[in-house]
Amino acid sequence: MTAVQLAFKRYSVLPGFSLAFGYTLLYLSLIVLIPLSATFIKTFTLTWPQFWAAATSPRVVASYRLSFGASLLAALINAAFGTLVAWVLVRYRFPGRRIVDAIIDLPFALPTAVAGIALTAVYAQNGWLGAPLATLGVKVAFTPLGVLVALIFIGLPFVVRTVQPVLEDMEKELEEAAHSLGASPVQTFARVILPTITPALLTGFTLAFARAAGEYGSVIFIAGNIPLVSEITPLIIITKLEQFDYAGATAVAVVMLAVSFALLLAINALQGWTRRRHAQERAV
Amino acid sequence: MTAAALRLPALGRKAVSWLPVALTVLALAYLALLLVVPLAAVFTEALRKGAAYYFQAIAEPDARSAIRLTLIAAGIAVPLNLVFGVAAAWAIAKFDFRGKTLLISLIDLPFSVSPVISGLIYVLMFGLQGWFGPWLSDHDLHIVFAVPGIVLATIFVTFPFIARELIPLMQAQGREEEEAAVVLGASGWQTLWRVTLPNIKWGVLYGVILCNARAMGEFGAVSVVSGHIRGETNTLPLHVEILYNEYNFAAAFACASLLALLALVTLVVKTVVEHRYLKESR
Repeated sequence: MTAVQLAFKRYSVLPGFSLAFGYTLLYLSLIVLIPLSATFIKTFTLTWPQFWAAATSPRVVASYRLSFGASLLAALINAAFGTLVAWVLVRYRFPGRRIVDAIIDLPFALPTAVAGIALTAVYAQNGWLGAPLATLGVKVAFTPLGVLVALIFIGLPFVVRTVQPVLEDMEKELEEAAHSLGASPVQTFARVILPTITPALLTGFTLAFARAAGEYGSVIFIAGNIPLVSEITPLIIITKLEQFDYAGATAVAVVMLAVSFALLLAINALQGWTRRRHAQERAV
Repeated sequence: MTAAALRLPALGRKAVSWLPVALTVLALAYLALLLVVPLAAVFTEALRKGAAYYFQAIAEPDARSAIRLTLIAAGIAVPLNLVFGVAAAWAIAKFDFRGKTLLISLIDLPFSVSPVISGLIYVLMFGLQGWFGPWLSDHDLHIVFAVPGIVLATIFVTFPFIARELIPLMQAQGREEEEAAVVLGASGWQTLWRVTLPNIKWGVLYGVILCNARAMGEFGAVSVVSGHIRGETNTLPLHVEILYNEYNFAAAFACASLLALLALVTLVVKTVVEHRYLKESR
């Protein structure tokens, strides 16, 4: 073993590091790193004004507003209802709880195209939920509201699955102490439960937001895809590709990738915070 | 749901006994509206024109070739990502080296990339205007708008699934068992087959199931690289889209119901595996 290797890796009695590490790097580079960097390099074929024009044309900006705005709203709604669902699953016992727990992951398991056409059928004007909503004057399918519904659907599991384990580890004594000291349920939630689950809640929120911002399959069927109104950013990329505007598609893609990577960094930091918080509580 | 069915917390029964019931009802109603209603709609719409039409729709040649292509793509992507997952987890969990955190983040990268961009990157690599496009077309090789592109895009979107399951699992299991095996004279491969893999079998199964569900259901990434040639480069989710856009709703939902069944099977197996794993680790 050479000095360089020693500095890079600590000695171990186990074999197979070079093979496993080498294969990991090779496969990662071929499948992920090289193709992703191709996207960034492709944008260098554009001049800065060209890039700016492609990435900030009115139709594209309208799609950012919809994609990121609806994703933010969907993630907020998922944060609230996800916490509620996690709380009910952890703290209360009712018949069929295990089935309910299993079905939370349906949006992960159901192909997005299937979710898309199913939501469209349900929320169309003659659909099971669309018809009663239409009598109230609310139109969901083929409007930005439809985009929101689809993004709520696909983001649901994230908050539930990040908050659930934290609630499971939380000691009931804390709430009981708060209650016996005279705190109302609202006070107990705001002062005792919420501070404990905040890091996990933020992680789930950011994961749901990141997933929603890039979502395509479940949205395009219900969105109606009206330019400037209900057109999401991933669809803009597809449209530009179909018109053989590769550079324009890449410019929009690079903007989305930059946001995704920023979110990924935020998620990593939040998960680190969750772990530290968790470790502290266990130590106490 | 009645109050009797709920086991209320011992304290606070008097003050807020209605609260658990109200919260449970609210949560269940929300899940029913958001998850169960669309799922039920898939099967209702699929059978709208009767069972005969349903079976005709899923047995028709284009549907059959879409099912075949979906199975091929998943059949290639899942084993490749499984081998990668075991290799990456072996390197990361069993050794200490610099840049480990960075490597784990890079493995996670495909999760944070929009499906559409996951397809786009291969078009930029292998499409006619891409890096290797001219060379490929000179040699009459087709990657984009052909089966290899679909397989590549499927590999990309399912890339982290198995590694993400195995890395924390193998880190938690430590290195003592493998070290003992090696000190007692086992070779590396013997250690892997006889010690490590039996220890991680539930984690492997769990990762494979999730990876497979995504591989068979992927839509956005595959849509970009497919070219939508009927009977040739259509996977089952793309076939659903085509039928739907042709207003052939009953056939679209019939094919979609196959994918919904796959999702339900995935959830059942996943729940069973989680249960088994919890039992064994106790």
